Amino acid sequence: MSRQTQCAHVIDLEGLQQLLDALRERGYRTLGPTVRDGAIAYEDIASVEELPRGWTDEQSPGAYRLRPSDTDTVFGFAVGPQSWKRPLFPSHQILWRAGVAGGKVQLDSEPHIDAPLALIGVRACELSALAIQDRVWLGGAAPDAEYRARRADAFIVAVNCAHAGGNCFCVSMHTGPEVTSGYDLALTELGTEGEPTFLVTCATEAGAAVLETLTRRAARDDEIAAAQAVVAHTAASMGRAMPETDWVSRLLVSPEHPRWNALADRCLACGNCTMVCPTCFCTNLEDTSDLSGLQVTRTRRWDSCFSVDFAYVHGGSVRPSIRARYRQWITHKLATWPQQFGTSGCVGCGRCISWCPVGIDLTEEVAALCAETPD
Amino acid sequence: MAPAAEFPVSQTAPEPLLPRVVCVHRRRRDAPRVWTLELQTAGEPQPPFAAGQFNMLTAFGVGEVPISFSGDPAAPQRLVHTVRAVGAVSEALVRLEAGAPLGVRGPYGKGWPLEAADGRDVLLVAGGLGLAPLRPALYQLLAQRERHGRITLLYGTRSPRDILFRRELAAWGTRGDLALEVTVDHATTPWQGHVGVVTALIAHARFDPQRTLALLCGPEIMMRFTAEALCAAGVAPEAIHLSMERSMKCGVGTCGHCQFGGFLLCRDGPVLPYALLRAPLRVREL
Ligand SMILES: Cc1cc2nc3c(=O)[nH]c(=O)nc-3n(C[C@H](O)[C@H](O)[C@H](O)COP(=O)(O)OP(=O)(O)OC[C@H]3O[C@@H](n4cnc5c(N)ncnc54)[C@H](O)[C@@H]3O)c2cc1C
Ligand code: SF4
Ligand code: SF4
Ligand code: FES
Repeated sequence: MSRQTQCAHVIDLEGLQQLLDALRERGYRTLGPTVRDGAIAYEDIASVEELPRGWTDEQSPGAYRLRPSDTDTVFGFAVGPQSWKRPLFPSHQILWRAGVAGGKVQLDSEPHIDAPLALIGVRACELSALAIQDRVWLGGAAPDAEYRARRADAFIVAVNCAHAGGNCFCVSMHTGPEVTSGYDLALTELGTEGEPTFLVTCATEAGAAVLETLTRRAARDDEIAAAQAVVAHTAASMGRAMPETDWVSRLLVSPEHPRWNALADRCLACGNCTMVCPTCFCTNLEDTSDLSGLQVTRTRRWDSCFSVDFAYVHGGSVRPSIRARYRQWITHKLATWPQQFGTSGCVGCGRCISWCPVGIDLTEEVAALCAETPD
Repeated sequence: MAPAAEFPVSQTAPEPLLPRVVCVHRRRRDAPRVWTLELQTAGEPQPPFAAGQFNMLTAFGVGEVPISFSGDPAAPQRLVHTVRAVGAVSEALVRLEAGAPLGVRGPYGKGWPLEAADGRDVLLVAGGLGLAPLRPALYQLLAQRERHGRITLLYGTRSPRDILFRRELAAWGTRGDLALEVTVDHATTPWQGHVGVVTALIAHARFDPQRTLALLCGPEIMMRFTAEALCAAGVAPEAIHLSMERSMKCGVGTCGHCQFGGFLLCRDGPVLPYALLRAPLRVREL
């Protein structure tokens, strides 16, 4: 923590507003948490008034409920259905357009240059998810130019979690709740009484430059200790945990485990889990043309391994059964992802558990798949 | 904050998913529903490719599909692809007439390990359209014939009408330095050759199992039986290579469609040794 505590300061809500203003003045589009349709959503925010002050959430398998908190905190909730994958890697993206006329084709692939993004309130597990997506989109032989541009320009204001959601298991995935890298500024909300105050630390020059412009004071030692106690308390109150077994190797040798049948009986193959997961990256490329056939557009859209069409080769799907598709999802996420990208595909955010309509709990399933593996 | 330094953010690579526009130079019908397209590249230099690699071909307004190179790797400027019409995109591709534009991006994937063929017997086993992705390997092997031991091509297809590259096969058949056996599932026309599955031809082939490199391309079931037969004949699973087919949308390892167990087949394959495929091929619906 030494580097962070060096620049540790304390700001209040006014300072937080100044932070939003400073980022917007610098040309950033500021995205942060706000209450939308009964859940926390990441939307454009210009004012601290839009933050979910006084709200918290209750999460359990198949359930997410936002309710007024007993306290007046600004970041007193865990992750909602959205993740930062949506602004960084939009759910549909035009790759190119082509004009087809007289046997000639004119390709147009103007990159979409958006305003740089400032992400406010990024949790530790979400920073891990960003690092995983970086490996997918930038680590291969053909790095994605648009993702690279968005990522390179993003300003990240992280938040240390003061509340563990009922489905969180970041501790067992070593991805949280404390933010350790990958951010510009990090906030820890101090205390639960009275006007909210935040301990701010910076990890980059860009972060330090913005911090300098805010009304702030140097943090006292007891405030630094209090901030550390906040994450320690959160770490001690995790909703769930992955089993303490080598699930990577167990899953790799368990494609015929009977538990997959039980799972297939419950799973609806709705794909919710893949949509809410901050690391799921599968996409489809679709071509559309106007009625004349002269204007062609190729769009990249989020896809899901739960759809039957996903593994379609002429003649049919390679994975017609839900059993095979569910097995693909978990096995990929937890066991084959490391082989493909040198990292786990799961950060323990618990979204897939909360948003599964039948309440399938990833941690429970992995425990069962590891425990009873027949030899 | 920008991503970690291991992912440089400043480099400006061309958009990897953007096709190059080329047009059909010549189109030849090889068999019912199968056409070979020779593409004209408007003087633009085409990247070199390795035998066994593939391109993503776009029929504008219809879609994009992976299609293997079927031409000679020594002449990458002559882009040749052999396509069987099985659905919307492949139908549209084979209907393109001379001069019609299409999109090409690639080459993608890992091809046949021909660097391992020196000093060894090479056994190529093709099923149906699987002959097309093997043809570039054969061109390359024959161009450096003296470097290899016995070369054998075993080719099985549905009926005599479905035999691809007839004239070339006939020419290869007269070479003294290539053993060629063709079999058909059903003999419709007067047919003097073998009838039956391609695995049955293995017994006719002369190769030293200890020093054989085997290259297999065709329907998955055919490749599995062939690979098992070769293992039974004493060829090591590490020396048997299969070209795998799965749905492929991007070709560059980011769409997730081509997963087969832990492999992203567009990136880690499509050609992989049987030693790595044997276990996953036994799992149904993997
Ligand atoms: C590495 C590799 C090399 C190949 N090389 C060759 C080759 O050299 N020559 C050759 O002829 N073929 C080759 N193939 C196979 C070729 O890619 C397929 O035949 C082709 O993709 C078929 O596309 P299609 O649109 O014509 O047919 P379809 O099978 O109809 O469609 C294929 C794609 O369209 C979509 N689709 C269409 N209909 C449906 C539906 N009902 N439900 C869901 N999705 C649907 C799917 O996304 C599917 O992936 C190769 C494949 C691979 C992976
Ligand atoms: S698999 Fe579930 S818990 Fe893991 S990162 Fe995805 S949504 Fe979060
Ligand atoms: S696991 Fe749950 S959320 Fe995922 S596809 Fe199945 S029913 Fe839907
Ligand atoms: S084809 Fe997209 S990941 Fe392989």
